[in-house]
Amino acid sequence: MADIELLPHNVPSQSELPELVEELTTLNLGPTHPATHGIFQNILKMDGEKIVSGEQTIGYIHRAFEKIAERRPFYQITTLTDRMNYCSSPINNLGWHMTVEKLLGVEVPKRAQYIRVIMMELARITDHIICNSILGVDTGAFTGFLYVMQKREEVYEIYEEVCGARLTTNMGRLGGMERDLSSTAIRKIHEFIKSFPPVLRELEKLLNRNRIFMDRTINVGPISLERALSYGFTGPNLRAAGLDYDVRVMNPYSSYQDFEFDVPIGQNGDTYDRYMVRNEEMWQSLRIVEQAINNLPEGPYYADAPEYYLPPKDEVYKNMEALIYHFKIVMGEIDAPAGEVYHAVEGGNGELGFYLISDGGRAPYRLHFRRPSFIYYQAYPEMCKGSSLSDAILTMSSLNVIAGELDA
Amino acid sequence: MLTNQEVAEGLLEKFGSQVFDFEEPYGLLTFSTTREEIIPAMEFLRDHKTYQVIFLTDITGIHYPDNAGQEFVVVYHMHSFIHNFRLRIKVALSEADIHIPTATGLFASANWMERETYDFFGILFDGHPNLKRILNIDEMDYFPMRKEYPMEDATREDKIDALFGR
Repeated sequence: MADIELLPHNVPSQSELPELVEELTTLNLGPTHPATHGIFQNILKMDGEKIVSGEQTIGYIHRAFEKIAERRPFYQITTLTDRMNYCSSPINNLGWHMTVEKLLGVEVPKRAQYIRVIMMELARITDHIICNSILGVDTGAFTGFLYVMQKREEVYEIYEEVCGARLTTNMGRLGGMERDLSSTAIRKIHEFIKSFPPVLRELEKLLNRNRIFMDRTINVGPISLERALSYGFTGPNLRAAGLDYDVRVMNPYSSYQDFEFDVPIGQNGDTYDRYMVRNEEMWQSLRIVEQAINNLPEGPYYADAPEYYLPPKDEVYKNMEALIYHFKIVMGEIDAPAGEVYHAVEGGNGELGFYLISDGGRAPYRLHFRRPSFIYYQAYPEMCKGSSLSDAILTMSSLNVIAGELDA
Repeated sequence: MLTNQEVAEGLLEKFGSQVFDFEEPYGLLTFSTTREEIIPAMEFLRDHKTYQVIFLTDITGIHYPDNAGQEFVVVYHMHSFIHNFRLRIKVALSEADIHIPTATGLFASANWMERETYDFFGILFDGHPNLKRILNIDEMDYFPMRKEYPMEDATREDKIDALFGR
Protein backbone atom coordinates (compact mmCIF):
# COMPACT_ATOMS: atom_id res chain seq x y z
CA MET A 1 0.00 0.00 0.00
CA ALA A 2 2.84 2.34 0.66
CA ASP A 3 3.74 2.91 -2.97
CA ILE A 4 0.23 3.97 -4.12
CA GLU A 5 0.41 7.51 -5.40
CA LEU A 6 -2.36 9.67 -4.06
CA LEU A 7 -2.14 12.32 -6.73
CA PRO A 8 -2.24 11.77 -10.45
CA HIS A 9 0.81 12.97 -12.30
CA ASN A 10 -0.90 15.67 -14.33
CA VAL A 11 -2.04 17.83 -11.35
CA PRO A 12 0.43 20.67 -10.98
CA SER A 13 1.72 21.43 -7.56
CA GLN A 14 0.65 24.61 -5.76
CA SER A 15 3.67 26.57 -6.91
CA GLU A 16 3.01 25.79 -10.56
CA LEU A 17 -0.65 27.03 -10.63
CA PRO A 18 -1.20 30.04 -12.86
CA GLU A 19 -1.59 33.18 -10.79
CA LEU A 20 -5.21 34.09 -10.00
CA VAL A 21 -6.30 37.18 -11.83
CA GLU A 22 -8.58 39.46 -9.83
CA GLU A 23 -11.34 40.53 -12.07
CA LEU A 24 -14.25 42.83 -11.35
CA THR A 25 -17.66 42.05 -12.72
CA THR A 26 -19.86 44.75 -14.12
CA LEU A 27 -23.48 44.36 -13.15
CA ASN A 28 -26.34 46.32 -14.60
CA LEU A 29 -28.96 46.90 -11.95
CA GLY A 30 -31.80 48.32 -13.97
CA PRO A 31 -33.13 50.22 -15.90
CA THR A 32 -36.02 47.84 -15.36
CA HIS A 33 -35.37 45.72 -12.37
CA PRO A 34 -38.00 44.70 -9.85
CA ALA A 35 -35.82 45.86 -6.99
CA THR A 36 -35.28 49.39 -8.21
CA HIS A 37 -39.01 50.24 -8.03
CA GLY A 38 -38.67 52.64 -10.90
CA ILE A 39 -36.78 53.21 -14.08
CA PHE A 40 -33.19 54.04 -13.32
CA GLN A 41 -29.97 52.22 -13.87
CA ASN A 42 -27.05 51.45 -11.61
CA ILE A 43 -23.87 50.18 -13.18
CA LEU A 44 -22.14 48.37 -10.36
CA LYS A 45 -18.57 47.13 -10.29
CA MET A 46 -18.64 43.97 -8.24
CA ASP A 47 -15.89 42.02 -6.59
CA GLY A 48 -17.70 38.75 -6.01
CA GLU A 49 -20.74 39.87 -4.08
CA LYS A 50 -19.23 43.09 -2.79
CA ILE A 51 -19.84 46.38 -4.50
CA VAL A 52 -16.64 48.20 -5.34
CA SER A 53 -18.13 51.23 -7.03
CA GLY A 54 -21.31 52.27 -8.69
CA GLU A 55 -22.48 54.77 -11.22
CA GLN A 56 -26.06 55.83 -11.76
CA THR A 57 -27.71 56.64 -15.02
CA ILE A 58 -30.92 58.58 -14.60
CA GLY A 59 -33.29 60.43 -16.85
CA TYR A 60 -35.22 57.53 -18.31
CA ILE A 61 -38.54 59.18 -17.60
CA HIS A 62 -37.47 62.79 -17.91
CA ARG A 63 -40.47 64.70 -19.24
CA ALA A 64 -39.15 68.28 -19.35
CA PHE A 65 -41.65 69.63 -16.82
CA GLU A 66 -39.68 72.81 -16.31
CA LYS A 67 -39.75 73.58 -20.00
CA ILE A 68 -43.43 72.68 -20.41
CA ALA A 69 -44.25 74.90 -17.45
CA GLU A 70 -42.90 77.93 -19.28
CA ARG A 71 -45.82 77.69 -21.72
CA ARG A 72 -48.61 76.93 -19.32
CA PRO A 73 -50.87 79.09 -17.20
CA PHE A 74 -50.27 78.62 -13.48
CA TYR A 75 -53.26 76.41 -12.80
CA GLN A 76 -52.29 73.97 -15.55
CA ILE A 77 -48.92 73.30 -13.98
CA THR A 78 -50.54 71.43 -11.09
CA THR A 79 -51.00 68.41 -13.32
CA LEU A 80 -47.26 68.35 -13.95
CA THR A 81 -46.49 68.32 -10.25
CA ASP A 82 -48.74 65.27 -9.78
CA ARG A 83 -46.37 63.22 -11.79
CA MET A 84 -43.26 63.94 -9.78
CA ASN A 85 -43.65 62.05 -6.54
CA TYR A 86 -46.66 59.99 -7.52
CA CYS A 87 -46.82 58.28 -4.13
CA SER A 88 -47.85 61.55 -2.51
CA SER A 89 -49.23 63.76 -5.29
CA PRO A 90 -51.39 66.00 -3.05
CA ILE A 91 -48.28 67.36 -1.32
CA ASN A 92 -46.83 68.37 -4.69
CA ASN A 93 -50.12 69.88 -5.88
CA LEU A 94 -50.80 71.88 -2.76
CA GLY A 95 -47.15 72.92 -2.45
CA TRP A 96 -47.35 74.36 -5.95
CA HIS A 97 -50.60 76.21 -5.17
CA MET A 98 -49.01 77.69 -2.07
CA THR A 99 -46.05 78.90 -4.14
CA VAL A 100 -48.31 80.72 -6.57
CA GLU A 101 -50.45 82.08 -3.73
CA LYS A 102 -47.28 83.47 -2.18
CA LEU A 103 -46.46 85.17 -5.48
CA LEU A 104 -49.97 86.56 -5.87
CA GLY A 105 -50.34 87.48 -2.21
CA VAL A 106 -53.57 85.50 -1.78
CA GLU A 107 -54.54 84.68 1.79
CA VAL A 108 -56.18 81.26 2.02
CA PRO A 109 -59.00 80.88 4.58
CA LYS A 110 -58.39 78.73 7.63
CA ARG A 111 -60.81 75.98 6.61
CA ALA A 112 -59.03 75.43 3.29
CA GLN A 113 -55.69 75.38 5.09
CA TYR A 114 -56.93 72.69 7.45
CA ILE A 115 -58.36 70.61 4.59
CA ARG A 116 -54.99 70.91 2.88
CA VAL A 117 -53.18 69.76 6.00
CA ILE A 118 -55.46 66.72 6.23
CA MET A 119 -54.83 65.80 2.62
CA MET A 120 -51.09 66.36 2.83
CA GLU A 121 -50.75 64.23 5.94
CA LEU A 122 -52.84 61.44 4.43
CA ALA A 123 -50.53 61.64 1.44
CA ARG A 124 -47.51 61.36 3.71
CA ILE A 125 -49.00 58.23 5.23
CA THR A 126 -49.53 56.63 1.81
CA ASP A 127 -46.00 57.59 0.82
CA HIS A 128 -44.45 56.08 3.92
CA ILE A 129 -46.50 52.90 3.96
CA ILE A 130 -45.34 52.19 0.42
CA CYS A 131 -41.72 52.75 1.33
CA ASN A 132 -41.80 50.75 4.55
CA SER A 133 -43.88 47.85 3.33
CA ILE A 134 -41.78 47.55 0.16
CA LEU A 135 -38.72 47.47 2.39
CA GLY A 136 -40.40 44.52 4.06
CA VAL A 137 -40.93 42.89 0.66
CA ASP A 138 -37.28 43.40 -0.23
CA THR A 139 -36.22 41.64 2.95
CA GLY A 140 -38.59 38.80 2.19
CA ALA A 141 -41.71 39.67 4.16
CA PHE A 142 -44.46 40.00 1.61
CA THR A 143 -47.45 39.79 3.93
CA GLY A 144 -47.17 43.19 5.58
CA PHE A 145 -47.28 44.86 2.21
CA LEU A 146 -50.70 43.41 1.49
CA TYR A 147 -52.10 44.48 4.86
CA VAL A 148 -51.18 48.10 4.45
CA MET A 149 -52.01 48.26 0.73
CA GLN A 150 -55.63 47.88 1.73
CA LYS A 151 -55.32 51.03 3.84
CA ARG A 152 -53.74 52.95 1.00
CA GLU A 153 -56.80 52.04 -1.01
CA GLU A 154 -58.95 53.71 1.64
CA VAL A 155 -56.88 56.88 1.46
CA TYR A 156 -57.29 56.85 -2.31
CA GLU A 157 -61.03 56.69 -1.79
CA ILE A 158 -60.76 59.81 0.34
CA TYR A 159 -58.81 61.49 -2.47
CA GLU A 160 -61.55 60.48 -4.86
CA GLU A 161 -64.12 62.05 -2.62
CA VAL A 162 -62.13 65.29 -2.34
CA CYS A 163 -60.86 65.78 -5.88
CA GLY A 164 -62.25 63.01 -8.07
CA ALA A 165 -58.97 61.31 -8.87
CA ARG A 166 -56.85 58.70 -7.15
CA LEU A 167 -53.23 58.77 -8.21
CA THR A 168 -52.64 61.92 -10.22
CA THR A 169 -54.84 63.98 -8.02
CA ASN A 170 -54.62 67.56 -9.34
CA MET A 171 -55.96 68.54 -5.95
CA GLY A 172 -56.88 72.01 -4.80
CA ARG A 173 -57.06 75.26 -6.69
CA LEU A 174 -55.21 78.54 -6.49
CA GLY A 175 -56.78 80.17 -3.46
CA GLY A 176 -58.24 77.13 -1.77
CA MET A 177 -59.82 73.81 -2.55
CA GLU A 178 -62.07 73.00 -5.50
CA ARG A 179 -64.88 71.81 -3.22
CA ASP A 180 -65.66 71.55 0.45
CA LEU A 181 -65.16 68.31 2.35
CA SER A 182 -68.31 66.30 1.73
CA SER A 183 -69.99 64.43 4.56
CA THR A 184 -68.79 61.19 2.95
CA ALA A 185 -65.23 62.44 2.94
CA ILE A 186 -65.44 63.42 6.61
CA ARG A 187 -66.93 60.04 7.48
CA LYS A 188 -64.20 58.24 5.56
CA ILE A 189 -61.45 60.26 7.22
CA HIS A 190 -62.88 59.43 10.65
CA GLU A 191 -63.10 55.79 9.67
CA PHE A 192 -59.50 55.83 8.50
CA ILE A 193 -58.29 57.37 11.76
CA LYS A 194 -60.00 54.53 13.60
CA SER A 195 -59.05 51.64 11.33
CA PHE A 196 -55.48 52.54 10.43
CA PRO A 197 -53.73 52.18 13.84
CA PRO A 198 -54.44 48.44 14.23
CA VAL A 199 -53.06 47.79 10.75
CA LEU A 200 -49.97 49.89 11.31
CA ARG A 201 -49.46 48.15 14.65
CA GLU A 202 -49.65 44.85 12.83
CA LEU A 203 -46.95 45.95 10.41
CA GLU A 204 -44.85 47.12 13.35
CA LYS A 205 -45.31 43.80 15.07
CA LEU A 206 -44.22 42.05 11.90
CA LEU A 207 -41.05 44.08 11.35
CA ASN A 208 -39.90 46.40 14.14
CA ARG A 209 -38.41 43.80 16.49
CA ASN A 210 -38.17 41.00 13.95
CA ARG A 211 -34.77 39.37 14.29
CA ILE A 212 -34.37 38.74 10.56
CA PHE A 213 -35.51 42.22 9.62
CA MET A 214 -33.21 43.84 12.16
CA ASP A 215 -30.23 41.77 11.04
CA ARG A 216 -30.90 42.70 7.46
CA THR A 217 -31.31 46.43 8.06
CA ILE A 218 -29.24 47.56 11.05
CA ASN A 219 -25.96 49.06 9.92
CA VAL A 220 -26.91 48.64 6.28
CA GLY A 221 -26.29 51.68 4.10
CA PRO A 222 -25.40 54.05 6.91
CA ILE A 223 -24.56 57.69 6.31
CA SER A 224 -23.12 60.09 8.85
CA LEU A 225 -24.92 63.34 9.57
CA GLU A 226 -22.04 65.35 8.18
CA ARG A 227 -22.09 63.51 4.84
CA ALA A 228 -25.87 63.59 4.74
CA LEU A 229 -25.86 67.37 5.06
CA SER A 230 -23.13 67.71 2.47
CA TYR A 231 -25.18 65.55 0.13
CA GLY A 232 -28.26 67.69 0.63
CA PHE A 233 -30.37 65.09 2.42
CA THR A 234 -33.71 66.30 3.72
CA GLY A 235 -36.82 64.70 5.10
CA PRO A 236 -36.92 61.29 6.77
CA ASN A 237 -33.50 60.34 5.41
CA LEU A 238 -31.82 63.31 7.05
CA ARG A 239 -33.80 62.85 10.25
CA ALA A 240 -32.67 59.22 10.40
CA ALA A 241 -29.10 60.53 10.41
CA GLY A 242 -29.93 62.61 13.47
CA LEU A 243 -30.99 66.15 12.57
CA ASP A 244 -34.54 67.24 13.33
CA TYR A 245 -34.98 69.44 10.27
CA ASP A 246 -38.58 69.49 9.18
CA VAL A 247 -39.98 72.23 6.95
CA ARG A 248 -43.35 71.92 8.67
CA VAL A 249 -41.78 73.02 11.94
CA MET A 250 -39.11 75.38 10.73
CA ASN A 251 -41.11 77.31 8.14
CA PRO A 252 -44.73 76.46 8.96
CA TYR A 253 -47.07 76.76 6.01
CA SER A 254 -50.78 76.13 5.75
CA SER A 255 -51.33 76.47 9.54
CA TYR A 256 -48.96 73.69 10.60
CA GLN A 257 -48.15 75.81 13.65
CA ASP A 258 -51.65 75.05 15.00
CA PHE A 259 -50.95 71.36 15.39
CA GLU A 260 -49.04 69.45 17.95
CA PHE A 261 -46.72 66.75 16.64
CA ASP A 262 -43.26 65.39 17.23
CA VAL A 263 -40.39 65.14 14.78
CA PRO A 264 -38.85 61.68 15.17
CA ILE A 265 -35.13 61.33 14.58
CA GLY A 266 -32.73 58.42 14.27
CA GLN A 267 -29.11 58.06 15.23
CA ASN A 268 -27.11 56.03 12.75
CA GLY A 269 -28.65 56.99 9.43
CA ASP A 270 -28.90 53.35 8.44
CA THR A 271 -31.73 51.48 6.79
CA TYR A 272 -33.31 50.49 10.09
CA ASP A 273 -33.35 54.09 11.32
CA ARG A 274 -34.88 55.30 8.10
CA TYR A 275 -37.56 52.65 8.48
CA MET A 276 -38.23 53.60 12.09
CA VAL A 277 -38.37 57.34 11.36
CA ARG A 278 -40.92 56.78 8.61
CA ASN A 279 -42.88 54.48 10.84
CA GLU A 280 -43.07 57.04 13.63
CA GLU A 281 -43.90 59.80 11.17
CA MET A 282 -47.03 57.92 10.17
CA TRP A 283 -48.23 58.03 13.77
CA GLN A 284 -47.48 61.74 13.89
CA SER A 285 -49.28 62.33 10.61
CA LEU A 286 -52.27 60.49 11.99
CA ARG A 287 -52.16 62.74 15.04
CA ILE A 288 -52.20 65.82 12.82
CA VAL A 289 -55.09 64.50 10.72
CA GLU A 290 -57.05 63.80 13.88
CA GLN A 291 -56.46 67.27 15.30
CA ALA A 292 -57.30 68.93 11.99
CA ILE A 293 -60.54 67.04 11.36
CA ASN A 294 -61.73 67.56 14.93
CA ASN A 295 -60.99 71.27 14.91
CA LEU A 296 -62.00 71.95 11.32
CA PRO A 297 -62.95 75.65 11.27
CA GLU A 298 -66.18 76.83 9.72
CA GLY A 299 -66.09 79.26 6.86
CA PRO A 300 -65.33 79.42 3.17
CA TYR A 301 -63.04 76.86 1.58
CA TYR A 302 -61.60 79.26 -0.97
CA ALA A 303 -60.12 82.73 -0.87
CA ASP A 304 -61.93 85.81 -2.01
CA ALA A 305 -59.77 86.17 -5.10
CA PRO A 306 -62.18 86.15 -8.04
CA GLU A 307 -59.49 86.87 -10.61
CA TYR A 308 -57.73 83.58 -9.77
CA TYR A 309 -60.36 81.26 -8.31
CA LEU A 310 -62.91 79.84 -10.76
CA PRO A 311 -66.40 81.10 -9.79
CA PRO A 312 -69.18 78.60 -8.96
CA LYS A 313 -70.84 77.35 -12.13
CA ASP A 314 -74.36 78.63 -11.40
CA GLU A 315 -72.91 82.10 -10.82
CA VAL A 316 -71.37 82.00 -14.28
CA TYR A 317 -74.83 81.74 -15.85
CA LYS A 318 -76.41 84.49 -13.78
CA ASN A 319 -73.67 86.96 -13.01
CA MET A 320 -71.78 89.05 -15.55
CA GLU A 321 -68.58 89.44 -13.49
CA ALA A 322 -68.47 85.73 -12.79
CA LEU A 323 -68.79 85.04 -16.51
CA ILE A 324 -65.94 87.40 -17.30
CA TYR A 325 -63.67 85.89 -14.67
CA HIS A 326 -64.62 82.39 -15.71
CA PHE A 327 -63.68 83.18 -19.30
CA LYS A 328 -60.43 84.88 -18.37
CA ILE A 329 -59.31 82.09 -16.07
CA VAL A 330 -60.20 79.30 -18.48
CA MET A 331 -58.49 81.05 -21.37
CA GLY A 332 -55.41 81.64 -19.23
CA GLU A 333 -55.57 85.41 -19.53
CA ILE A 334 -54.65 86.15 -15.96
CA ASP A 335 -51.46 88.11 -15.58
CA ALA A 336 -49.43 87.39 -12.49
CA PRO A 337 -47.30 90.05 -10.83
CA ALA A 338 -43.59 89.99 -11.54
CA GLY A 339 -41.61 88.45 -8.75
CA GLU A 340 -39.33 85.76 -7.52
CA VAL A 341 -40.49 83.17 -5.00
CA TYR A 342 -38.94 80.17 -3.35
CA HIS A 343 -41.41 78.10 -1.40
CA ALA A 344 -40.64 74.79 0.26
CA VAL A 345 -42.96 72.16 1.67
CA GLU A 346 -42.15 68.95 3.49
CA GLY A 347 -42.73 66.35 0.80
CA GLY A 348 -42.76 62.62 1.34
CA ASN A 349 -39.01 62.50 0.78
CA GLY A 350 -37.91 65.85 2.10
CA GLU A 351 -37.82 69.48 1.22
CA LEU A 352 -39.78 69.90 -1.99
CA GLY A 353 -38.99 73.39 -3.24
CA PHE A 354 -40.52 75.48 -5.98
CA TYR A 355 -38.42 78.30 -7.35
CA LEU A 356 -40.69 80.44 -9.45
CA ILE A 357 -39.72 83.50 -11.45
CA SER A 358 -42.54 85.46 -12.95
CA ASP A 359 -41.95 88.32 -15.36
CA GLY A 360 -45.54 89.47 -15.14
CA GLY A 361 -46.78 87.17 -17.86
CA ARG A 362 -49.37 84.41 -17.88
CA ALA A 363 -46.91 81.58 -17.42
CA PRO A 364 -43.78 81.35 -15.29
CA TYR A 365 -40.66 82.82 -16.85
CA ARG A 366 -38.70 80.09 -15.16
CA LEU A 367 -39.79 77.36 -12.80
CA HIS A 368 -37.41 75.06 -11.02
CA PHE A 369 -38.38 72.15 -8.84
CA ARG A 370 -36.05 71.31 -6.00
CA ARG A 371 -36.69 67.58 -5.95
CA PRO A 372 -35.40 65.86 -2.82
CA SER A 373 -34.92 62.44 -4.49
CA PHE A 374 -32.78 63.92 -7.22
CA ILE A 375 -30.46 65.57 -4.75
CA TYR A 376 -29.98 62.76 -2.26
CA TYR A 377 -29.83 59.88 -4.71
CA GLN A 378 -26.31 60.94 -5.73
CA ALA A 379 -25.10 59.69 -2.35
CA TYR A 380 -26.15 56.15 -3.20
CA PRO A 381 -22.77 54.80 -4.53
CA GLU A 382 -21.04 56.10 -1.43
CA MET A 383 -23.65 54.52 0.83
CA CYS A 384 -23.50 51.06 -0.71
CA LYS A 385 -19.77 50.91 -1.33
CA GLY A 386 -18.34 47.73 0.18
CA SER A 387 -21.71 46.23 0.98
CA SER A 388 -23.22 43.21 -0.68
CA LEU A 389 -25.71 43.50 -3.51
CA SER A 390 -28.64 42.40 -1.39
CA ASP A 391 -27.85 45.11 1.16
CA ALA A 392 -27.51 47.71 -1.57
CA ILE A 393 -31.03 46.91 -2.71
CA LEU A 394 -32.34 47.50 0.80
CA THR A 395 -30.46 50.79 0.97
CA MET A 396 -32.07 51.96 -2.23
CA SER A 397 -35.47 50.81 -1.09
CA SER A 398 -35.18 52.66 2.21
CA LEU A 399 -34.05 55.87 0.50
CA ASN A 400 -37.43 55.86 -1.25
CA VAL A 401 -36.16 57.12 -4.58
CA ILE A 402 -39.18 57.84 -6.77
CA ALA A 403 -38.30 57.80 -10.45
CA GLY A 404 -40.84 60.47 -11.33
CA GLU A 405 -39.39 62.88 -8.83
CA LEU A 406 -35.83 61.96 -9.73
CA ASP A 407 -36.27 62.83 -13.38
CA ALA A 408 -39.08 65.42 -13.41
CA MET B 1 -32.50 85.00 15.00
CA LEU B 2 -30.39 86.22 12.12
CA THR B 3 -31.65 89.21 10.16
CA ASN B 4 -31.08 89.94 6.50
CA GLN B 5 -29.49 93.24 7.50
CA GLU B 6 -26.92 91.54 9.69
CA VAL B 7 -25.78 89.06 7.05
CA ALA B 8 -25.75 91.71 4.32
CA GLU B 9 -23.51 93.91 6.46
CA GLY B 10 -21.20 90.99 7.20
CA LEU B 11 -20.90 90.21 3.52
CA LEU B 12 -20.28 93.83 2.57
CA GLU B 13 -17.59 94.09 5.20
CA LYS B 14 -15.82 91.01 3.88
CA PHE B 15 -16.31 91.38 0.15
CA GLY B 16 -16.92 95.11 -0.31
CA SER B 17 -18.07 96.01 -3.77
CA GLN B 18 -17.86 92.40 -4.97
CA VAL B 19 -21.33 91.74 -3.51
CA PHE B 20 -24.09 93.96 -4.80
CA ASP B 21 -27.77 94.22 -5.75
CA PHE B 22 -29.13 93.34 -2.31
CA GLU B 23 -32.86 92.65 -2.36
CA GLU B 24 -35.49 90.99 -0.20
CA PRO B 25 -38.18 89.52 -2.47
CA TYR B 26 -40.76 87.91 -0.17
CA GLY B 27 -38.36 88.28 2.74
CA LEU B 28 -35.56 86.16 1.27
CA LEU B 29 -32.14 87.81 1.27
CA THR B 30 -30.95 87.93 -2.35
CA PHE B 31 -27.71 89.34 -3.62
CA SER B 32 -25.40 89.07 -6.59
CA THR B 33 -21.71 88.48 -6.77
CA THR B 34 -19.10 87.81 -9.40
CA ARG B 35 -17.93 84.40 -10.44
CA GLU B 36 -14.51 85.09 -8.92
CA GLU B 37 -16.10 85.61 -5.51
CA ILE B 38 -18.90 83.03 -5.53
CA ILE B 39 -16.90 80.18 -4.01
CA PRO B 40 -15.20 82.38 -1.38
CA ALA B 41 -18.61 83.88 -0.53
CA MET B 42 -20.20 80.46 -0.07
CA GLU B 43 -17.23 79.28 1.94
CA PHE B 44 -17.41 82.41 4.10
CA LEU B 45 -21.11 81.84 4.80
CA ARG B 46 -20.61 78.15 5.50
CA ASP B 47 -17.64 78.49 7.84
CA HIS B 48 -18.75 81.68 9.58
CA LYS B 49 -19.00 81.11 13.33
CA THR B 50 -22.42 82.68 13.80
CA TYR B 51 -24.11 82.37 10.40
CA GLN B 52 -23.40 78.66 9.78
CA VAL B 53 -25.13 78.54 6.41
CA ILE B 54 -24.14 74.91 6.08
CA PHE B 55 -26.77 73.63 3.68
CA LEU B 56 -26.86 74.07 -0.08
CA THR B 57 -30.52 73.81 -0.98
CA ASP B 58 -30.43 74.26 -4.70
CA ILE B 59 -28.49 75.36 -7.76
CA THR B 60 -30.20 76.32 -10.96
CA GLY B 61 -29.85 78.56 -13.99
CA ILE B 62 -31.93 81.20 -15.72
CA HIS B 63 -31.63 82.44 -19.28
CA TYR B 64 -32.26 86.10 -20.11
CA PRO B 65 -31.48 86.27 -23.84
CA ASP B 66 -32.11 90.03 -23.98
CA ASN B 67 -29.60 90.97 -21.29
CA ALA B 68 -26.58 91.50 -23.49
CA GLY B 69 -23.40 90.46 -21.67
CA GLN B 70 -25.38 88.86 -18.82
CA GLU B 71 -27.45 86.28 -20.63
CA PHE B 72 -27.18 83.60 -17.96
CA VAL B 73 -27.70 83.68 -14.25
CA VAL B 74 -26.72 80.88 -11.87
CA VAL B 75 -28.82 80.89 -8.72
CA TYR B 76 -27.75 79.31 -5.43
CA HIS B 77 -30.13 78.80 -2.53
CA MET B 78 -28.57 78.24 0.88
CA HIS B 79 -29.98 77.55 4.30
CA SER B 80 -28.72 77.91 7.86
CA PHE B 81 -30.59 75.44 10.04
CA ILE B 82 -29.39 76.86 13.32
CA HIS B 83 -30.92 80.27 12.58
CA ASN B 84 -33.57 79.08 10.13
CA PHE B 85 -32.17 81.58 7.68
CA ARG B 86 -32.31 81.24 3.93
CA LEU B 87 -30.51 83.25 1.29
CA ARG B 88 -30.11 83.36 -2.45
CA ILE B 89 -26.97 84.20 -4.41
CA LYS B 90 -26.94 85.09 -8.09
CA VAL B 91 -24.05 85.17 -10.50
CA ALA B 92 -24.52 86.64 -13.97
CA LEU B 93 -22.53 85.18 -16.85
CA SER B 94 -22.17 86.20 -20.46
CA GLU B 95 -22.90 83.78 -23.24
CA ALA B 96 -19.47 84.30 -24.77
CA ASP B 97 -17.67 83.28 -21.59
CA ILE B 98 -19.98 80.86 -19.84
CA HIS B 99 -17.66 79.57 -17.13
CA ILE B 100 -18.11 79.48 -13.37
CA PRO B 101 -16.10 77.61 -10.73
CA THR B 102 -17.66 74.49 -9.27
CA ALA B 103 -19.02 74.25 -5.74
CA THR B 104 -18.39 70.51 -5.49
CA GLY B 105 -15.40 71.19 -3.26
CA LEU B 106 -17.71 72.74 -0.67
CA PHE B 107 -20.84 70.62 -0.98
CA ALA B 108 -21.11 67.08 -2.30
CA SER B 109 -24.69 67.78 -3.38
CA ALA B 110 -23.48 70.39 -5.89
CA ASN B 111 -22.31 67.58 -8.17
CA TRP B 112 -25.67 66.66 -9.70
CA MET B 113 -27.18 70.10 -9.34
CA GLU B 114 -24.38 71.51 -11.48
CA ARG B 115 -24.66 68.66 -13.95
CA GLU B 116 -28.36 69.43 -14.29
CA THR B 117 -27.64 73.12 -14.82
CA TYR B 118 -25.05 72.25 -17.44
CA ASP B 119 -27.42 69.81 -19.09
CA PHE B 120 -30.19 72.37 -19.52
CA PHE B 121 -28.31 75.64 -19.95
CA GLY B 122 -24.79 74.69 -21.05
CA ILE B 123 -23.19 76.52 -18.15
CA LEU B 124 -19.66 75.17 -17.69
CA PHE B 125 -18.61 74.53 -14.12
CA ASP B 126 -14.82 74.64 -14.09
CA GLY B 127 -13.21 71.95 -11.98
CA HIS B 128 -16.31 69.75 -11.83
CA PRO B 129 -15.24 66.09 -11.56
CA ASN B 130 -17.76 64.70 -14.03
CA LEU B 131 -19.46 67.44 -16.03
CA LYS B 132 -21.70 65.59 -18.45
CA ARG B 133 -25.39 65.41 -19.21
CA ILE B 134 -27.58 63.89 -16.57
CA LEU B 135 -31.24 63.85 -17.58
CA ASN B 136 -30.96 64.21 -21.35
CA ILE B 137 -29.21 61.86 -23.72
CA ASP B 138 -25.49 62.31 -24.31
CA GLU B 139 -25.97 62.79 -28.05
CA MET B 140 -28.07 65.91 -27.61
CA ASP B 141 -26.33 68.86 -29.25
CA TYR B 142 -28.25 71.75 -27.71
CA PHE B 143 -29.27 73.01 -24.29
CA PRO B 144 -33.04 72.73 -24.11
CA MET B 145 -33.93 75.18 -21.35
CA ARG B 146 -32.49 78.11 -23.26
CA LYS B 147 -35.18 80.46 -24.44
CA GLU B 148 -34.31 80.06 -28.13
CA TYR B 149 -35.88 76.60 -28.10
CA PRO B 150 -39.62 77.19 -28.14
CA MET B 151 -41.97 74.60 -26.75
CA GLU B 152 -44.47 74.64 -29.54
CA ASP B 153 -43.92 73.88 -33.17
CA ALA B 154 -43.47 77.35 -34.69
CA THR B 155 -45.20 76.36 -37.92
CA ARG B 156 -48.52 75.64 -36.23
CA GLU B 157 -51.22 78.17 -36.98
CA ASP B 158 -54.04 76.90 -34.79
CA LYS B 159 -52.43 78.10 -31.59
CA ILE B 160 -52.00 81.84 -31.55
CA ASP B 161 -50.00 83.40 -28.77
CA ALA B 162 -52.42 86.29 -28.48
CA LEU B 163 -55.17 83.90 -27.46
CA PHE B 164 -53.34 81.01 -25.85
CA GLY B 165 -50.41 80.93 -23.52
CA ARG B 166 -47.84 83.66 -23.19
